[in-house]
Amino acid sequence: MIISVLSGKGGTGKTTVAVNLALSLAETERPILLDADVEEPNVALYLKPDVIVDEVLPVSVPVPEIDLAKCNYCGRCAEFCQFNALAVINGSVMTFPELCHGCGGCAIVCPNRAIREVPRRIGTVEKGSSGPLEFWQGRLNIGEPFAVPVTRLLKQGLSELEGETAVIIDAPPGTACTVVEAIRGSDYALLVTEPTPFGRHDLDLAIQLVRQMRIPHGVIINRAGSNNEIIVDLCNKRNVPILLVIPFSTRFAAMGAKGIPFSRVMPDWQKEFRRLYHAIKELCQCVN
Amino acid sequence: MRQLVITSGKGGTGKTTVAACLLTLAWRAGIADADVDAPNLHLLLHPKLLDEREFKGAKQVVKNEAACSGCGKCEEVCRFGAIKDLAVDPFRCEGCGLCVYVCPEKALRLEEVATGTLMLSRTRYGHFAHARLYIGAEASGKLVTAVRRKAEEACRDEELVIIDGSPGIGCAVIASLSGTDLALLVTEPTVSGLHDLDRILKVAQHFGVTALVCINKYDLSPELSAELERYCAGEKVDLVGKIPFDPAVLDVIRQGMPLEDLLKTRAGQAIEGIWETVRMFLH
Amino acid sequence: MRIAISVTGQDLDSSLDPRFGRCPYFLLVDPETEEHQAVPNPGISAGGGAGIKAAQEVVNQGVKTLITGQCGPNAFNILTAGGIKILQAPAGPVRRVLELYKQGELAEVNAPGMAKQGMQGRGFR
Repeated sequence: MIISVLSGKGGTGKTTVAVNLALSLAETERPILLDADVEEPNVALYLKPDVIVDEVLPVSVPVPEIDLAKCNYCGRCAEFCQFNALAVINGSVMTFPELCHGCGGCAIVCPNRAIREVPRRIGTVEKGSSGPLEFWQGRLNIGEPFAVPVTRLLKQGLSELEGETAVIIDAPPGTACTVVEAIRGSDYALLVTEPTPFGRHDLDLAIQLVRQMRIPHGVIINRAGSNNEIIVDLCNKRNVPILLVIPFSTRFAAMGAKGIPFSRVMPDWQKEFRRLYHAIKELCQCVN
Repeated sequence: MRQLVITSGKGGTGKTTVAACLLTLAWRAGIADADVDAPNLHLLLHPKLLDEREFKGAKQVVKNEAACSGCGKCEEVCRFGAIKDLAVDPFRCEGCGLCVYVCPEKALRLEEVATGTLMLSRTRYGHFAHARLYIGAEASGKLVTAVRRKAEEACRDEELVIIDGSPGIGCAVIASLSGTDLALLVTEPTVSGLHDLDRILKVAQHFGVTALVCINKYDLSPELSAELERYCAGEKVDLVGKIPFDPAVLDVIRQGMPLEDLLKTRAGQAIEGIWETVRMFLH
Repeated sequence: MRIAISVTGQDLDSSLDPRFGRCPYFLLVDPETEEHQAVPNPGISAGGGAGIKAAQEVVNQGVKTLITGQCGPNAFNILTAGGIKILQAPAGPVRRVLELYKQGELAEVNAPGMAKQGMQGRGFR
């Protein structure tokens, strides 16, 4: 079963929820925890013992390389490329690899077979473990605009899993294509929010996203306090269940700041997260 | 016209609140919300909409079912997995047009598609350019660029445009950062805050934008705040202020009070100090 | 010898558009006769790399001089490879830009970058 944790708004506690959930299940379910916020991967900061990396996979995009001996500067490649990653000017070809999406079209349209593709590194996928927890993460290189190929490679391994492995995915903030790629194929989506006008607004966007993708979903209110109404009201309106409420406390905040998952220190919360997991499992079975 | 972008690697550090305070302090300035896939500034600014239009920010493949012979060549060449069982998955299509090129029946064509709504509004403080990326749409960077252009056009006579950036380091962030005069990076005293500050600072340096740092909610962890300060000193980047955690800020926002009231809070006072330094850097 | 100017409209009454990659038109002008022709900038609808597309178009038009506000590094490299001299001018009426050009008042751009328009020494308040 794949559970994605997302939020619309940044900084609501996605990573905190994903890590606490995964740790609470570590002994019984042997889950895989995925950090799919490849622009700013933070899960590893919360994992102790430190992550042992077993496998490092380079993420690259195939970009054109021109064989000038074969090129006759016809310009078809530049004409074809929707992303303007090539230009042909007065007897020279220029490539702009950072704009290339790696579709491979230029090599196909070239009548002289003067283009071959070479990999250009844009990020990394790492697979390893922290204690009993299996942990995978993706990381986009600085200055690279396209995060989706990193997420894609990170998730590729999931399709090869056999049996009933629990997978928990920490998604990036927002509702753009990177989030779509991160949560695609999930059995359930946990939407983490906070009781502020910003939290409510972005939760509503996240609900629209998971509805469009037809992923069953429920809400977790983090930093809850006297203003929970603002979220409860929206959830009632949208008919979305609230599965867990995590109160605001300076103690939680202090632990979060230092990268300590609070359920480690407070075993009662491990029970809460296990209860949450089983509740989700039941909800998913109802759907199926 | 000078452009100041407020950004942060990590989400939820308080960019929007800081941007709103700076806008109030600058009094007259243009403002742009570049966080197009989770925009929040409009919740604070009570904007009066002047103009709203669909933004065509991407191309996607459209299929003419009648002409398709089912040969499957499109599916073979597509590297993005955007054609499955001869149907186009709009979430996956990147608009490269290779399937269009190989289709022997000319059953496919590239079409411009709307990826969001682009808006211009009036506020008490100046013109406000904002947008809403359609759910799950790609090319958010292009919409960000369009928002910035809109702000530049509407605010020709303003001396300053403040840009509220998005979290991350990818295309939307690059689009909101590149070509600005100054970046104010808002961080928070957490291990994630420190990690993400390092990444966003390197992105700013990569694109040649001068960056300043401020720490929000610094008193929630004096220990990590000290570490952030050491980090800034080590990287030779100016730390221009520390903002206390102040629940009064949320009260102002929740109750929809005027932004000027934000400046009366303790946090607002700290941001006023930051503004004094920031404007020196803008000169 | 015709020159290209990045412009907002289609004739000599339009203004110079300082944004090279996303200006709506290039005006091809013979500075002596003032004969001119507007070509649409294909960069304006580009998904990415607008400057590249625009630069390719300017090179294809066979001009040797371009007047614009600012162009990024990619466009700069293409224009330079195409043997085009880039002159910088502020936003303003095309006729005025042409005058400055004829008087030799426009500075050549030797490096890519963003033009800074400055604050004219005034504060924000």
